[in-house]
Amino acid sequence: MRTGWPTQLAQLILVLGLAPLLTGVTRKVRARLLRRRGASVVQPYRDLLKLIRKEVVVAENASWLFRAAPYVIFATTWVAAALVPTFATGLPLGAAADLIVIVALLGTARFMLALAGLDVGTSFGGIGSSREMMFASLAEPAMLMAVFTLSLFAGSTELSSISAFMLGPRAGLSISVALALVALIIVALGENARIPVDNPATHLELTMVHEAMILEYSGRHLAVIEAAAFVKLLLYLSLIACVFVPWGTAVAGAGLFGYALGLGLYAGKLALLGFLLSVFETAIAKMRVFRVPEFLGVALMLGLLGTMLLFVSRAPH
Amino acid sequence: MSIPSPWLLSELAAGAIGVLLMLSALGSLIARRPLGSRLIYGACTLVCGALTATALAALLGPSPHPAMLQLPVGLPLDHTLIGFDRLSAAFVLIVNLATAIVSGYAIGYGVHAREPRRVVPFYPAFVAGMNLVLLAQDAFSFLIGWEFMSLASWALVVSDHTSAENRRAALVYLIMATGGALTLLFGFGLLAGSAGGYTFDEIRRAAPAGVGPLVLVLALVGTGSKAGLVPLHAWLPLAHPAAPSHVSALMSGVMTKVAVYGFVRIVFDLAGAPAWWWSLPVLLVAAVTTLLGVLYALMEHDLKRLLAYHTVENIGIIFIGLGLALAFEATGLKSAAALSLTAAIFHVFNHSLFKSLLFLGSGAVLHATGERDMEQLGGLIHRMPVTAVTFLAGCIAISALPPFNGFVSEWLTFQAILLSPQLPQWVPRLLVPAVGATLACSAALAATCFVKAFGISFLGRARSTNASTAHETDGFSQGAMLLLACACLAAGLLPGYVIDALAPVTQLLLGTRLAVQSAQPWLRIVPIDPARSAYDGALVAVMIVVAAATTALVVRRFASHALRRSAPWDCGFPDASTATQYTAGSFAQPIRRVFGSAVFRARERVTMPEPGDSSPARLEVDVHDTLWETLYVPVVRLVDAVTERVNRMQFLTIRSYLTLVFAALVLLLVIVGGWR
Amino acid sequence: MTPLDTDIAHLLAGSMVLVSFLLLYQDRMFALLNFFAIHACVLALSVGWQAYLQRAPHLFITALIALLFKAVIIPVALHRIVVRLGIHRAIETVVGTGPTMLIGIGLVALSIVVMLPVTTSEGAFAREDLAFALSVVLLGFMMMITRRNAVSQVIGFMSLENGLVLAATGARGMPLVVEISVGFSILIAFLVVGIFLFRIRERCDTVDLQALDMSRGESPGESA
Repeated sequence: MRTGWPTQLAQLILVLGLAPLLTGVTRKVRARLLRRRGASVVQPYRDLLKLIRKEVVVAENASWLFRAAPYVIFATTWVAAALVPTFATGLPLGAAADLIVIVALLGTARFMLALAGLDVGTSFGGIGSSREMMFASLAEPAMLMAVFTLSLFAGSTELSSISAFMLGPRAGLSISVALALVALIIVALGENARIPVDNPATHLELTMVHEAMILEYSGRHLAVIEAAAFVKLLLYLSLIACVFVPWGTAVAGAGLFGYALGLGLYAGKLALLGFLLSVFETAIAKMRVFRVPEFLGVALMLGLLGTMLLFVSRAPH
Repeated sequence: MSIPSPWLLSELAAGAIGVLLMLSALGSLIARRPLGSRLIYGACTLVCGALTATALAALLGPSPHPAMLQLPVGLPLDHTLIGFDRLSAAFVLIVNLATAIVSGYAIGYGVHAREPRRVVPFYPAFVAGMNLVLLAQDAFSFLIGWEFMSLASWALVVSDHTSAENRRAALVYLIMATGGALTLLFGFGLLAGSAGGYTFDEIRRAAPAGVGPLVLVLALVGTGSKAGLVPLHAWLPLAHPAAPSHVSALMSGVMTKVAVYGFVRIVFDLAGAPAWWWSLPVLLVAAVTTLLGVLYALMEHDLKRLLAYHTVENIGIIFIGLGLALAFEATGLKSAAALSLTAAIFHVFNHSLFKSLLFLGSGAVLHATGERDMEQLGGLIHRMPVTAVTFLAGCIAISALPPFNGFVSEWLTFQAILLSPQLPQWVPRLLVPAVGATLACSAALAATCFVKAFGISFLGRARSTNASTAHETDGFSQGAMLLLACACLAAGLLPGYVIDALAPVTQLLLGTRLAVQSAQPWLRIVPIDPARSAYDGALVAVMIVVAAATTALVVRRFASHALRRSAPWDCGFPDASTATQYTAGSFAQPIRRVFGSAVFRARERVTMPEPGDSSPARLEVDVHDTLWETLYVPVVRLVDAVTERVNRMQFLTIRSYLTLVFAALVLLLVIVGGWR
Repeated sequence: MTPLDTDIAHLLAGSMVLVSFLLLYQDRMFALLNFFAIHACVLALSVGWQAYLQRAPHLFITALIALLFKAVIIPVALHRIVVRLGIHRAIETVVGTGPTMLIGIGLVALSIVVMLPVTTSEGAFAREDLAFALSVVLLGFMMMITRRNAVSQVIGFMSLENGLVLAATGARGMPLVVEISVGFSILIAFLVVGIFLFRIRERCDTVDLQALDMSRGESPGESA
């Protein structure tokens, strides 16, 4: 167990370092698909640096919660991301928190973000918080049902165990896992404010959700919140990669080559998933706000269906 | 330290109840005095603290056999037995821990009561009643304690008798409490059988066969009406807010737990071995309760009513755990049953902490602003910083978010749900995933609900002058709320100790227990198997703190320190009017639209004036309490109609009355004749 | 048969249920048609896989029929009809999407409950395949009920029929004749409905079936 700590530390730093790049790549691909040149893939890093150097403007009646929330949001998201095995499994923190905890940690981050949106007392912040919580009230159970499906399938809620089970001989193909995958993808789109649900690239659109909540933020606070959003996207893609394409992930005690291979493959998986995400985003139109609950409801139903099928088929006869 | 003998513990507990009753009598004398209420509440704090310690000793002490104390009072032919077994001890501990802190709050808060004579004497009596229920080891004292608890709390509900709303709440409560006690009476009657042994020992030894299912239903109705299971929840949102806030905290946070105790005692202990299908009604009712409770809470804009509805949701979560435990126990999956029962009682403990905390916070807000309506609040975080922080802690805890305690018990419940494919029957195997989905939904909705509760009341700008001139509450109240918030955090960080403390209960009821959690490394909890699932609240919390601190330090080192206060940006359209903020109603609008149109027949109507017409545009929202309208209103109408008829009997001649009496006599004779 | 073989068959049958759900969720006419084409493709794959597993060449023909008619010809033809009639805007549903999906879950649960205890002699996966087929049939049926529009009702009917074919290929030894006749009857049904659509259009200027009720003198129900 103790040997895992360097890996854990490496992963903590890796998710932080890679997250802006992933966002940069998806933006770049999207721009190219739209026949624009697009900003450089390192633009998100530059944005963060620029924001950090700027003066912070805080509304007069903002409370301490407004100023503390970005750090809480970032910290919980970061810890959650560090719990997902990226290039190597067998993380020491993984034994401390399972997939349900990851979902709940993201819930804590969302809770604080929604409160921060309400703190200044503007109508935009309120609309963002209200809608974010409405989406979450369907997305979170959908995610949990997908988690249930995976856990029942693999007999564990630990991500490392699930990943190992998926690699093992007993996994096989299962319709429940396919349902969980679809549900997870829908949730990932919704939770990361991607296109059919929310538009990450706009301000000032009446249907915006995430951007409306953070409208009052500026300077370093905004930088921290943006970084949290980057990490969250990376988390979801890592999660999908870890569970559904676990091949090549280094196990604890693998040699240096194993880790290098795991790292390379992980980068490849992320790039591929990011590419697919961009393709999907360019191919589809944004939904009306009140179509989103139906969209997320589909994820919830699919997750429930997957769980139910496993409940029936995994039973002793 | 030597461990006190069980006899001593039972005597101490009985003595504590006696002291509480004396305090009640004393209270009626000195309530008006300036220091009177403080004295009574302070004494309650001490007594409840002592009871907590006693219960802890009884729970963790070596003797597995309960020590009964036979009291020289009660019915002539029966014994009044009082004493601790492990189940009683666990609940006495939970109840008195919260009650002690709430009483401490009342030392400061209680002096604001308008008519202290209507509150102070009943408060110790209420606490004594709850403790009597928990300590009773025979059916009669159980029911006497139950009625005592109901009546004392009824008196507290009606303490502010000037408003018609409160009088109605008290009436509804009285009717529901009476009905509940009646069903419990029948239940115990069935259990005792014709032989009539009413002590729990006798019932356990010689419960008549075949009454189990009926007893289950009666227990579900009887205790469910006190705990707030849908559709018997109707009185909670009326009565809990009507009482003074420290009493609301007790009624919602603590008294509902006594009802849960009643259910556990009757169904798990007294009613004999369960059949697997017993779990079905429990799970169904619990799932419906969970979802409807939180949806009702979301529709509510009165802070205390919102909290009361949310109690309904939490009771649902507890009963989900109990239902799972029943299903597992009936099919012989002992360790899974132990997990479910532990999760349920853990949630009982958690809810007693954070619901008390939230009601105390709402009491502080009510005293500071005179408002319960969230639409009149706002911006209180600036003027009531301590209340705001503690209320926020309660909100995070009740929303089942790590690292607070609410998450741990829900996590355990989820783990229990994930074990249920082992159940051999088809029906629960299809029902349990649906219950799991309901639980997941309600957890997310609870977070929405408490973003609303905290965000609208404490954040933003003050929506009324009352809110803008609010002041922080007194030191006793602050201390109590801080204590509860710390307890919520501690139970979330060190859940292993709580689970271990509950192990004697599962040992008593199910004959098995979860593995010793405090032996796990790094304060981790591992309910089944480390490869299957584990949670380490302390480590996660430390990680979050370290991550946040690192980020803050790095940002502080490299970022610009410039900070300017300015008007809100609001996309360039800031409006000084506080009415332009989001309100509780508008915050809940998306939820109302998604869930409410089906559940509450919620309809919105927008009336826009014609161009040139200067009348304001109107948005009307129509929300129905469908359950009340479909279940209760017909009953009320029926009762009205019957009483209208019966009313005529008051105006008969003597001859007619004699005829009635004669007819009744003849009818009874005919029945007796037919019976033979 | 290796475990992977049955796994793939199982996955394909389950995907039919998944696509049936997605059909229920659609509210655009063209998206509905596209998803029906996918439904038929998955059916063709599933039948083809069964043909390979059971070494039954006649099933390949069934798969081919499914692919040709249901995945290509019928969707394209319906697409044209929809364009012709100008009814591509939206599908009017009687029940909201949420409740429909909930009922759908209930139907799947029901078909599992009904199928699994009845067919205890079969292997675990074959039994679940039958349960899936029944679910597809029930979901198709529900789609016919919950939609007002004639075109989407036709699609519901055909997805129902896909479920029947799935059940038939799962159960071994069902002769090809039956399937061809089933396929053709569907084609005929399609033609008839197509013609009817035009007639309705000519007479009433709408394909909303409620308009028919109105012309019969019945009062239309409350619109969802």
